[in-house]
Amino acid sequence: MSYPELALETDLTYMFPEIVTRDTRPGYDGYLVDPSHLIEFATSLRDKIGYDYLTSVTGVDYINDGKMEVVYHIRKSTGGVPLVFKVQLPREEPVVASLVPLFPGAEFQEREAWDLLGIKFTGHPDLRRILMWEGFDGHPLRKDWREGYFEDEGKPFKSRWPEGHFQKSENRNPFGRNVDYPAGFDPEEWVAQPETALYSSLDKMTREEETGIDTEQIIINLGPQHPSTHGVFRMAVKLDGETIVGLKPVMGYLHRNHEKIGERNTYLANFPYTDRLDYFCSMSNNFGYALAIEKLMGVKPPERTEYIRVIMAELTRIVNHVSTIGFLLNDLGAYFTPILYAFEERELILDIFEAVSGSRMMCNYFRFGGVSRDLPEGILDKIKDLVFERLTRKIDELELYLTNNEILRHRSEGVGILTPEQALAFSTTGPLLRASGVPYDLRRADPYSIYDRFEFDVAVRYHGDVYDRYLVRIDEIRQSIRILQQAVKGIPEGPVQEGRPQYQVRVPPGESYGRVEGPKGELGFYVISNGKPNPWRYHVRAPSFINLTPLEQMCIGQKVADVVVILGSIDIVLGETDR
Amino acid sequence: MYGLGILKGLGVTLKHFLNTYIDDIRWKGKRYYTPEGLAHRSSKSATGIFTVQYPEEKLPIPEEFRFIPFLVYEEKEDGTKEYRCTSCGICSKVCPPQCIWIIRSTDPNTGRPIPDPAEFTIDADVCMSCGLCAEFCPFDAIKMDHTYELANYNRSRNSIYDKEKLGKPVSYYAQVRPINFAREEAARAEAEAIRAARRSTS
Repeated sequence: MSYPELALETDLTYMFPEIVTRDTRPGYDGYLVDPSHLIEFATSLRDKIGYDYLTSVTGVDYINDGKMEVVYHIRKSTGGVPLVFKVQLPREEPVVASLVPLFPGAEFQEREAWDLLGIKFTGHPDLRRILMWEGFDGHPLRKDWREGYFEDEGKPFKSRWPEGHFQKSENRNPFGRNVDYPAGFDPEEWVAQPETALYSSLDKMTREEETGIDTEQIIINLGPQHPSTHGVFRMAVKLDGETIVGLKPVMGYLHRNHEKIGERNTYLANFPYTDRLDYFCSMSNNFGYALAIEKLMGVKPPERTEYIRVIMAELTRIVNHVSTIGFLLNDLGAYFTPILYAFEERELILDIFEAVSGSRMMCNYFRFGGVSRDLPEGILDKIKDLVFERLTRKIDELELYLTNNEILRHRSEGVGILTPEQALAFSTTGPLLRASGVPYDLRRADPYSIYDRFEFDVAVRYHGDVYDRYLVRIDEIRQSIRILQQAVKGIPEGPVQEGRPQYQVRVPPGESYGRVEGPKGELGFYVISNGKPNPWRYHVRAPSFINLTPLEQMCIGQKVADVVVILGSIDIVLGETDR
Repeated sequence: MYGLGILKGLGVTLKHFLNTYIDDIRWKGKRYYTPEGLAHRSSKSATGIFTVQYPEEKLPIPEEFRFIPFLVYEEKEDGTKEYRCTSCGICSKVCPPQCIWIIRSTDPNTGRPIPDPAEFTIDADVCMSCGLCAEFCPFDAIKMDHTYELANYNRSRNSIYDKEKLGKPVSYYAQVRPINFAREEAARAEAEAIRAARRSTS
């Protein structure tokens, strides 16, 4: 299974002879690019053909071929399917040119590929580990790296049945120690060298003294334990007085190597894990993963299921946006009143999720080619009540409450500006991109499921500041309600599962990239199957992670109090950022 | 006028504040601690404060709610328990965090496996309550429970659920999930009827 026919004017292999070849492996698509000409190729792709929006960069370890592959997904900001190109590198010494000078949005993703797979990117401005710490030995997503409690290459483990003698996992420790350090690393002696690296990366930023008065610049740490960071997120900030001259985000405190867990899991068992990525929006996480695997398997869910999926995804969007607005107001100092008003609606929607899927937040509702069960009786009426009678009224009330509030406007207008050019270059997605004046919404730009049947507008605002990000979310809630109204009217009767539900699905070999317009941005799942019960590669393109790339850009020149607000307006969830 | 936005906003807060008391008066003291009051507070027409006074009052649990599996057994007339589980192992294979451990019984004379688990252990601390085991069990033998208050003082003693602790009677299952139970019983009766018909014709 692969992407639809590329609407390229010319086949790239004719445009770039000897540099580009088609990827002819069965089930694969896209192009293989000669690593030494990568920059040249990417530059022409951007400047001549209009692929200006690099959405995803990741690596794959083909240990059996002795190769390491870097996979790029690039899009046109005017819409359409992504173009995939790959470079293959020797596994022992994977070095490739960094694309950060062309696409600054690759910065964190390349750091992640270095951290987890050990791929070196020459020309990267700041190639440090991003999710693991400096005392970590090895690159955990490499196929020969094994975790401390390693049991088997893939689930199900043989020790569970039929001779499942219970054993607590913490009592089982095959290496005799469950932490490995790099050679010459002594945790007792260790002083925070990575901090030195972090701070020296900040030191690269200097500010021209306009006044001629020499002021001292100080570095302060916001987080990781700080309520305004929405979790365990840390920002090392360099300050000149109260003005920010440099900022480096530090993350990974909640890292659990979701992707490695995913590669050990069976395909089906990944569903409940995707719930825990962005724990506010488990339904859309399920959606993206289901799309990726369904593309590989070649199944299509029945009509009723498509409607149920859209209803759930849009309800999730409302849940996420009302909470985001609430949290943003918390960051602005409106302590907990707006968020509790927002939570009132959220609770009502979570009640629906609970009745439908069995859990309020960890829904685990989608299956390959269907959903786990049909809507219970009476739930559709409850959803109708909400979308036709209550939600619009409540959003109006929220707007009356907040939109013209002078304090809110003073604090957010003109703060944290991101221009459309920057927003695209930094690969931002979701409301952050659309508030900067780029009307790019996957539901319209590259429609999936049945979104092409509904009438709705792509919400867009043009100032690119915090206030517009607030407004664009309000607009999106209204559009979601519109979609919901059409969906609950149009939902047909019928089965909810294509074929018989199976616990061991057969996934043909190949690659697949399934993506949805999640509430936070493009949530993509890049999955490679080799026909075995466990995925060979399972990568999550996390919108909260990539949307943090322009954080420094947005904060420079602002006051320290604005950092909190700007971060709140990006809308991150650490479960997804750190994975 | 400058400050109008703030005033309007404060008006919304005032409305919310007053609504709570108006609602209190309208419900004549029955807004709290009554099922109707609770249902009203989580309905589309809810106004005012929406707090649930946990643990004195609890939200009603929908049928599909899932939390930690249990094993269904039939109560025999002589008081023994007959577990529906055949120790086929599908639940332990499908379990995402691999927290289900099953030892299959073997016949001491022949050494052949018997469809009955000798031991069945679930580590409730590892269980992520995803419900896949219950969804894919072909014998309706493992189901998701509705009790969610499982905090305890000693996790290595109290959070490891053995067969005894996991077992719950069919009557309990019929009580917490009546719709599912009725559907499964109907399907079972139908399958039984087909089998009986086949037996009589052959």
